[in-house]
Amino acid sequence: MRALTWHGKHNVQVDTVPDPQIVNPRDAIIKITATAICGSDLHLYDSMIPGMSNGDILGHEFMGEVVEVGRGNTSLKKGDRVVVPFVIACGQCFFCEKSMPAACDNSNPADKADATEIAYGQSVAGLFGYSHLTGGFAGGQAEYARVPYSDYGPIKIPDGIEDEKVLFLSDIFPTGWMAAENAQIQPGDTVAIWGCGPVGLFAVKSAILQGAGRVIAIDHHPNRLALAKANGAEVLNYHEVKVREALLEMTAGLGPDSCIDAVGMESHGFSPDNIIDAVKQETRLGTDRPHVLRETIMAVRKGGTVSVPGVYGGFADKFPVGAFMEKGLTLKTGQTHVQRYLPQLLQLILEGGIDTTDLISHRLPLEQAAEGYKNFKENQNEWTKVILKPH
Amino acid sequence: MSYSEVSTDADVGSTAFVDKDRREGEYEASSLRAVLINRPRDELYAYWRDLTNLPTFSETVKSVEVLGDGRSRWIVAGPGDKDVELTSEITEDVPGERIAWTSSEGSDVDHEGWVAFRDNAFGRGTEVRVFISYEPPAGIVGKVVAKVMQREPRIQARRELRRFKQLMETGEISTSKAPDAAPRASRHF
Repeated sequence: MRALTWHGKHNVQVDTVPDPQIVNPRDAIIKITATAICGSDLHLYDSMIPGMSNGDILGHEFMGEVVEVGRGNTSLKKGDRVVVPFVIACGQCFFCEKSMPAACDNSNPADKADATEIAYGQSVAGLFGYSHLTGGFAGGQAEYARVPYSDYGPIKIPDGIEDEKVLFLSDIFPTGWMAAENAQIQPGDTVAIWGCGPVGLFAVKSAILQGAGRVIAIDHHPNRLALAKANGAEVLNYHEVKVREALLEMTAGLGPDSCIDAVGMESHGFSPDNIIDAVKQETRLGTDRPHVLRETIMAVRKGGTVSVPGVYGGFADKFPVGAFMEKGLTLKTGQTHVQRYLPQLLQLILEGGIDTTDLISHRLPLEQAAEGYKNFKENQNEWTKVILKPH
Repeated sequence: MSYSEVSTDADVGSTAFVDKDRREGEYEASSLRAVLINRPRDELYAYWRDLTNLPTFSETVKSVEVLGDGRSRWIVAGPGDKDVELTSEITEDVPGERIAWTSSEGSDVDHEGWVAFRDNAFGRGTEVRVFISYEPPAGIVGKVVAKVMQREPRIQARRELRRFKQLMETGEISTSKAPDAAPRASRHF
């Protein structure tokens, strides 16, 4: 089959690779009808996540048609149309039973789990197409994918609704939704969201649906800010204003009740702390550029909540722990517990309660995936979300 | 070593915590590790007690032939792709709680181990603790070789306990082995 494979920094290309096979009883093989490039794929593209191997297939946002099921799977059958969560989870361990599939104890293969047990204290769950730290599973920017525990993760999609409307259930919609939940929004709250990429935009939509009185979105790409505005946010361009001062002014000195960091480890911008972080990251003296994380903690009101859907991988310098403690903040984060949210969010889409397609800027055949990566990285203003069609 | 030495009722007094390094240090190569498994204790004990099941989750124990009277013959992956053979004798068998074994004289390696099962006090399933030790075939050189081959006991115990947990909780062992489970491009650039 054809698949988008990683060969080093800024080096991805579509290759012919072996077809995936049913290996375990609960596996299914999915013929992929739509897949997307995620902002977090750019961390792989930029070689910021360790544990990648030459030839790995990327992609963790995908959906398609079931073409083969293992003998241990009684809930899926050939021809079923499914969206696949990016988190691989067994459904039976301590964490899955507590509805925390992103903390699944079993999905990361035994030999791969060593790395994060050492790096993070506990091994983390498997993810599709996201380095060997999270299992070394082949991703979904391909014609076919093997889906483990397919009787637990994938959600069936009824006929009559197009792929584009439901594809983002795989990651960015539940990720934006959980980011808003983690922000612990009370009716009428002011929520500030850093980053108007796909996750930030879904956080804007979700925060409003969850009762925020006011959402303030922060970015520097005019087109992305326009999308946030169209979704009901007030916007700040950090090239034009000092963000913390603007937020204080807009809230009459109180600060936002909640702040969401939808940027993660590769902050943009030319603030002094970020320039130092960029140098450290480039020279491998540091791993993450947590400029936004610092800014959210400084900006949020006393007793407020900081929610972090943005991906971090290593260590953060100059974490403002004083502000964090003295202001009495709550910090909530984590990979998304996708499976937890799927039924309710699918229902919301089917009822027409949310527009999930306005952020899509480009639709490309899989063969042009490398072009998609390059532009999603370099032309972020125009390239807001790329969907790939493998068939 | 007696069972009481791994009690977690009083963490600070537990040999397993305080003296883990020393305990492991008494052997050329050894490991003591715990894992919580979300299945009933009796089921886990029964699966382990049928020693022919060991190769289903161990990549080190390649085959087990039960000889009777608590004795069994194991083919174990050794350094340098060389299999070693040992005869194992069960020295202690408390149904539902504990199995201990040791290799008998004349085996290619000296090996001993035990596995203990207890209910988690807070209803979180079964606490499984495993101790394995062996004298590598060629002393310190064997340990280095074994480590290179990822069969050093700590790595071995860590991975095999994860596989045991996966198999017991989910009925299968998670894998991303290329090419079938996780296809990838083989061409290099």
